[in-house]
Formats: sequence, C-alpha cells, structure tokens
Amino acid sequence: MKRIVHKHPLAIRWFHWINFPILTIMIWSGLLIYWAYQPYKIQIGDVVLFKFFPNWFIQALNLRRRLAEGMSWHFVFMWLFTINGILYFLYTFISGEWRFLLPNRHSFREAWQVTLHDLGLRKTAPPQVKYNGAQRIAYTAILVMGFGSLLTGLAIYKPTQFAWLTTLTGGYETARLIHFILTIGYVLFFLIHIAQVVRTGWNNFQAMVTGFEVEKKEVKPVPPSLTV
Amino acid sequence: MAEIDDTAENLPEKKPHREELTTEQQIRRRTLKAFAWFAAAGIIPYSIWKWIMIQPKQNRLPKVFREVLNANEKVADSYFSNANLAPTFPKERAAKNVRVNGKDGLRSAIDKDAWRLTVERPAQKPLLISLDDLKTMPKQEIIYQFKCIEGWSQIQHWGGVNFAEFVKKYQLGKKTGSDDWYPYVGMKTPDGGYYVGIDTPSALHPQTLLAYEMNDQPLTDPHGAPLRLIIPVKYGVKNLKRIGSIWFSDERPRDFWAERGYDYHVGL
Repeated sequence: MKRIVHKHPLAIRWFHWINFPILTIMIWSGLLIYWAYQPYKIQIGDVVLFKFFPNWFIQALNLRRRLAEGMSWHFVFMWLFTINGILYFLYTFISGEWRFLLPNRHSFREAWQVTLHDLGLRKTAPPQVKYNGAQRIAYTAILVMGFGSLLTGLAIYKPTQFAWLTTLTGGYETARLIHFILTIGYVLFFLIHIAQVVRTGWNNFQAMVTGFEVEKKEVKPVPPSLTV
Repeated sequence: MAEIDDTAENLPEKKPHREELTTEQQIRRRTLKAFAWFAAAGIIPYSIWKWIMIQPKQNRLPKVFREVLNANEKVADSYFSNANLAPTFPKERAAKNVRVNGKDGLRSAIDKDAWRLTVERPAQKPLLISLDDLKTMPKQEIIYQFKCIEGWSQIQHWGGVNFAEFVKKYQLGKKTGSDDWYPYVGMKTPDGGYYVGIDTPSALHPQTLLAYEMNDQPLTDPHGAPLRLIIPVKYGVKNLKRIGSIWFSDERPRDFWAERGYDYHVGL
C-alpha cells in the first residue's frame, strides 16, 4: 500500500518558485552593478587566491558596461523580492510552519550527524519531522540572509536618508561588502541545495511541485533520510 | 516523530467522492495535475520577461522600468528630509588625491577670469555672477563621503557657498508672485557638453554647495574650476563640474546620464 503524505503547503510552494526567478534576476543585475567597481578578492598575504570576478566569468555572463541596465532591473525587482520574502516570513508564522523550520536545541547536533551521514561517514541519519537539523539551520539562515540583503541593500541604496542604517551595517563600504558576501552565500546555498535535491531523489523533489510525498506503507515507518 | 503527524492527510477521508480511485490512481492524477499547473504557471514569468522585452524604450530603459523608477522616486520623496544629513568626517580623513572621473563638458578651454555664473530667469535678463560676488557670501565646508554611481566612494573636502543661501540671496527658484518653488533645477557646463537636472528639495538640502575650493585650495580644472556643484544627497553624476548656467524649471531639465539609461533621480 502506498500512502499520500501531505508535505509542502501550497503557499510555500508558490513562495519558493516565485523566489527562484526573482532571486536569479537580483543576482544577475547585482553582477551588472558590481562590474562597474570590482574591489573584492580573496587574498592571503600578497597572494591573490581568487578575484571577484575573473575575466572569463565576466565574459561568459556578458557583464561589461551594463551598469545602468543592472541598476534598473535591481531597483524594479527589489520590490518583488522584498514582498515575496515578507509574505513568506509572515506565512510561516501564521500557519505554524515555523515549527518545522526554526532550529531547536537538537538541531545543531542533528545537523552534524546529518553532515556525517551525507558524507558517508555515518550509517544512519537521525530521525526527523519534515526537515532535519541541517535543513532547519539552512532554511532559517537563508531567511536571515534575505533580511540582511534587504537591510544592507537599503543602507547602500539611500546612505544619506538612512544614514543610521548605513552606520549600523558598518558604513557604506562595509554594507556593500556584506551585501556582496550574502549574494555569494545564496549561490553556495543554491549549489548545495541542488546537489541534495538530486541525491534525495524524485519523490522529495516532486513534493515541491505537488505538495505531497508518496509513502510506502508496508515498510515500517522508518523516516527516510531526507536531506535537502 | 511523535507529536506532529497531522501533516499526513489521508485523502480518501477528506474527499469521499474519490473513494473509488485507488491510491495509485490518485497519486498519478494529482501528480499530473500539479505538474500541469506548474508548467502553466511557468508561463507567467516567461510572459513578464517577454513583456519587458517588447516595451518601448524611454531613454534606453523599458518604459515600465522608467515608471517603477519614477514611483521609487515618489517613495524616496516621502522620507526625504533636510534633517537627514550625509555623515561628515574630520579633516585629516579627507583624500589628498581626489579621484577624477570623466571630463564630459570640460573638453573645451575656459577663460576663468571672464567666467560668470549665468542664472537664467523667466521673463528677465539672465543674472551674471562672478566668483568674487559669490565669495562675499559665507563659506561653508563639508568633508563627506562622495559616492560614485559606479560604486566607489571617497572622503572629500569641499568649500563653497550654501546653495539654499545662494538661492535666497538672489531670490531664485520661486514662481513669479507666488510662494511655490519650481520643482526642478537645471545646470549645464558653458559648452553644454554635460548637463544635469535636480529636484529642487535635493538642491536646497543644507549640504548642497556651489563649491569653489577643494582641500582648502581653489578648484583645479579637472575638478571643475571655477565653480562646481557638490550635492551629497546625489551620486557623483549629478555633481556638475564647471557650472556655466543654472535655471529653475517646471519640467525635468535634460540630464546627461538619464539620457544614457540611468535613473533620473539617483538620490542617496
């Protein structure tokens, strides 16, 4: 016997899939803006390990001389990014979904066990309700990061009108750096997210579209090791 | 695992009219339906993209983008205040090598002794103001973080005349016989090679200067001698160098970079 188990509420699926193209546009237009002034690099002593961004990258994404275009996209879609984010945040609270999403006192130990399991260093994954500890931490962190992007974005968008916010976020240049680092964070999140979705398989992935997962009943209710 | 199993909803119980379907059939139906909706919903972002792409261009940007940027400007006007000041810094933090970025409007030679600031006024002869005239007014200095639209910034030290005081002294900016301000100020270089339009409230902000000094020295040519605008509530692009003429206007004055695809307002 198979069983339909409800997993993701419709609202969360909408927020998820609306956020995807919007965040893509924000990152892309952010790169067009960043091209005009590219001070960031990873450096140890005098050795530059990585420059943001290498020429091949700029060439591949055709980022050159498109500052005005980038700013226009960024300052149009910032509204949608913000509204979608705030609605998602409010929804998780009102619906009670936050209970699955917020890390609890077990989450950090659990996240460690999940990491060991995913790296093949541990046989079993810890039991979980909907999301495991690693997921809880990741999904809460991404929301905090979104909030951080909003605040640092505002700090560099209106550094005179919101001078207090610019000061609070470390000053104009620091706020810009944080805004940039958070964006790199989204990209890293995305890469791990995709890898985990692929690993976990179709049943888990399709739930973000259909809302339900298929559970095989005859199998003893050992929770599957979902790690997305 | 114990407490929350109420997420598991057993469909046949909730929708009894489908009881005749086996679970397998239900799974198949619901999956197909969900993916059909998902694909259909995918038309939305695609259509928005297409719609943006076919927009007529206004100064190189899709029309709808210009409309949103204008709406952003309205939002910015709602929290703009003369009480919000650009942070200032001690003198020793001001850059000695002040960055030069662009020479549009500065390519022709200029006779600085013959230079006069031209103030165009409706239905009146233009005012011609010399640098010495301006220097009779109190000097205001500012050491603040100049911000370029490209993203870089630099702490710079400028000195000159408070623009609002200048406007008051020469009785400019208000419509004839009324207390209403013209909404915009236009400025351009003597050769017309660079020009900006600024909303009047930003121009009248207490930190806006007609600057004739940089680091306590008269302005150099690349920095816009003999007189330039310093307006900390705007990106550098609005800080016109080598001001030739100034006028107030009901319409948005032409703006060099707005014509090249940038936002008109660019307020900070």
